[in-house]
Amino acid sequence: MEEKKNKSGSTTMPVKKKKKKMAAENNEIITLTNVSKAYSTGAPALKEINLHINKGEFVFIVGDSGSGKSTLIKLLLRELTISDGYINVMGYDLSKIKHRKIPKFRRNIGIVFQDFRLLKDRNVYDNVAFAQRIIQKSNKEIKKNVPSILAIVGLAGKYKAKPRQLSGGEQQRVALARALVNKPTILLADEPTGNLDPKNSWEIMKLLEQINENGTTVLVVTHNREIVNAMQKRVVTLKKGVIVSDEEKGGYIDED
Amino acid sequence: MRISSLFYTLRQGFSNLFRNKWFTLASIATISACLFLFGLFYAIVMNFQNIVKTAEQGVSVTVFFDEGIEDTRIQEIGELISKRPEVSNIHFVSAEEAWESFKTEYLGEYADGFTENPLADSANYEIYLNDVSMQSALVTYLESVEGVRMVNRSEITATTLTGINALVAYVSVGIIGILFAVSVFLISNTVTIGISVRKEEINIMKYIGATDFFVRSPFVIEGMLIGLIGAAIPLVFIYVMYNVVMNYVLERFSMLSSLLSFLTVEEIFSLLTPVSLGIGVGIGFLGSIVTVRKHLRV
Repeated sequence: MEEKKNKSGSTTMPVKKKKKKMAAENNEIITLTNVSKAYSTGAPALKEINLHINKGEFVFIVGDSGSGKSTLIKLLLRELTISDGYINVMGYDLSKIKHRKIPKFRRNIGIVFQDFRLLKDRNVYDNVAFAQRIIQKSNKEIKKNVPSILAIVGLAGKYKAKPRQLSGGEQQRVALARALVNKPTILLADEPTGNLDPKNSWEIMKLLEQINENGTTVLVVTHNREIVNAMQKRVVTLKKGVIVSDEEKGGYIDED
Repeated sequence: MRISSLFYTLRQGFSNLFRNKWFTLASIATISACLFLFGLFYAIVMNFQNIVKTAEQGVSVTVFFDEGIEDTRIQEIGELISKRPEVSNIHFVSAEEAWESFKTEYLGEYADGFTENPLADSANYEIYLNDVSMQSALVTYLESVEGVRMVNRSEITATTLTGINALVAYVSVGIIGILFAVSVFLISNTVTIGISVRKEEINIMKYIGATDFFVRSPFVIEGMLIGLIGAAIPLVFIYVMYNVVMNYVLERFSMLSSLLSFLTVEEIFSLLTPVSLGIGVGIGFLGSIVTVRKHLRV
């Protein structure tokens, strides 16, 4: 028994370490090499994508509907598996990850959706606490962490409100608080301003920028030309499943 | 699992009941309706079987012996009979006993005129069966036994009871089949509603990184609670109803009261309670597992 344990320990451990080390050395947190994704019906959604994102970056992913943005997000969350290529997120090889390891992997990713996706029957506090329950934090920690994150997103006074009593902007802040309360390494925002007016959109973007300044890698999928052009961050543009441009301090590329 | 997480899961299971009040009510009503029918039917069938069984136990075969037979041979015959598997009970009636009971039943004071026992050759065995359908086989056997003069039996009672038994068995199977089909239909409908209510919630939980176990647990607890409540309601209802109906039937058909041997409510519920609760909780458990499972592959 003892021998067996040692054996298996010595074969798996170094591999894991090596991977993490590799990722740490070149500071890369998301790596896609020649990634393709084809659905069983129709044309491929992504064709030989190469994308490298470093720790602490702020990246916009832009493109029309049908460009493959949603597919990319789903691959990064391991909701879908790639058809071909290599994908590594935070040291996890996502084409090889076991089903039961996925929850642990996702706990390091905060996610915000266009339609907020809050639990409508629970108040603001419970919606945020929910994320902490899932990673099995103690009641004591939850009571400490939730109010402090609600204060950051500016909702400290509304912790008892139900989602329907809040404006769109406020609901998105709750979603953001929920995504951040577990201190994720990466924050994925899928059209976070899609349902918001310009004023609220800007406030959400300011919050995302602030989060990024505190060290979290932020990926924002968006249609919002104005915001992309104003913020002067890295912009990756997708078109029909291919990356057509990837620029530091880029802008929204006009379609013609 | 942390203690606080365990309590959280339990609490979620409870509060889920109130979050989707209509869904909860619909599920409880479905399970209640199915188990009410089941309980009602069970009570009727059990009583019917009891009545038939009581009637069966009253059916006897009487064996008379050859004239001048030895007592030892009578004993031998008695031993042979009690070895038969279909015999539940055998009772020896001596000539004196037969005469005594005849006197008290039919003659009363007129019996004083007799000085000798006119039923000197009427010693017999009364044989009770545990399965009436075996009567003719037993009679055939008895007639072949040496020393047996005559075998009395009631053919019509035996065949009627056998027929009723078969009918009850067929009807039981038929009704259980129909109930089962109806239950499956109703429950799958309820589960489908449950899916649309839960879809988003399960999705969000999975995105945040909840394990399958964590996602499933509150739903399973909720399902089992619904099953438990859904089973308890018809049990209470049938319990109250049972005595009322029994008394009514006995009063209304008082001339049949010797035939209608009903089981007590305790006898019915000693098995009905655990079975109903088990089915209720089982349905709740399976229903919630199936519902959630479809959405866990996110």
